[in-house]
Amino acid sequence: MTSIVAVVPAFDEEAAIGAVVEEIRAVDPLIDVVVVDDGSTDGTADVARAAGAAVVRLPFNLGIGAAVQTGFRYALEHGYDVAVRLDGDGQHDATELPKLLIPLGRGEADVVTGSRFRGGDDAYRPPLGRRLGITWFARLVSILSGQKVTDTTSGFQALNRDAIALFARDYPSDYPEVEATVLLLKHRLRLVEVPVRMREREHGSSSITLLRSIYYAIKVTLALLVAMARRSAIPSEGSPR
Amino acid sequence: MTPVRISIAAAIGAALLLLIILELIRGRRLKERYALLWLVTGVALLVLALWRGGLNTIAGWLGVGTYPPAILFAAAIMFVIAVLLHYSTVLSRLTDDNVLLAQEVALLRARIDVLEADATPTAKNPAATARRAG
Repeated sequence: MTSIVAVVPAFDEEAAIGAVVEEIRAVDPLIDVVVVDDGSTDGTADVARAAGAAVVRLPFNLGIGAAVQTGFRYALEHGYDVAVRLDGDGQHDATELPKLLIPLGRGEADVVTGSRFRGGDDAYRPPLGRRLGITWFARLVSILSGQKVTDTTSGFQALNRDAIALFARDYPSDYPEVEATVLLLKHRLRLVEVPVRMREREHGSSSITLLRSIYYAIKVTLALLVAMARRSAIPSEGSPR
Repeated sequence: MTPVRISIAAAIGAALLLLIILELIRGRRLKERYALLWLVTGVALLVLALWRGGLNTIAGWLGVGTYPPAILFAAAIMFVIAVLLHYSTVLSRLTDDNVLLAQEVALLRARIDVLEADATPTAKNPAATARRAG
């Protein structure tokens, strides 16, 4: 029996987090849920706990990358076979979760990403700036890794033990998904994309405007090139830094 | 030639810098590890200030023989850049360590929460009640 943990990073999501946790538990009550509260100032932790999740509360806001990594470290420490990451704002539809587990169960992949662009979601039309960025990174990562990747910005992912161990030790920080994709391919982990539907954000509009998209694109592109050029992708155990 | 007054002023400045650094190390307010670069800076500036012939020669090589003190400024700026770069690496390491510590604290606290919940005697948890009573 494979043990599965759902890793849900959340920052000030008390309005959405309860439903997210309950939805995951409704899909499969055997899936443990761990909410990583990234220094929220509202009742996120209490709401998550009341909904039946384990809660890991970071003492202050570390940003999405480090929050997700905390969840992977939790999964590693507690010996889970599989970790699934879903966002705390409810944009990832938990009922799509079993689709992500199928390639892992067959041993065909180390990481399975839910892609909005594998023909699963015709309705998903992000605004222009965001769409350009997504296309740019899909092309760039495909070229860098030699594997066709359609959705590098999706945070809806399932990982096996090898991938959990990698990300527990080394996970990028600011906008981590793109860089993480390159990282795992560099470590010769097998990535498979499956088509999923995603919901519009339940609360508030996406904060990414055109100008911010450009800034984000430049920054992440640089981070990608640095990641490719880095001497060792994983800092070796006990190496002086 | 370098004006004598500039040499004197620069020497006094460099000597003061060295004194302050040594005093900070003595008072344990500056770790030797971070002081090393500053000490090198102070000594190099002191040597350049006092060794007037050398300063002129170097300025001649670099084509600023008409105004040798420029070498003093250039050296000072180079050392400041080196110190700043060193600080950036230190800061990066501290940031990484800080994240690691925060994650570790959060994971440990989650474990304690579970342990405490198990240890609290409730109707649902007779084992803990029995342990407490015993």
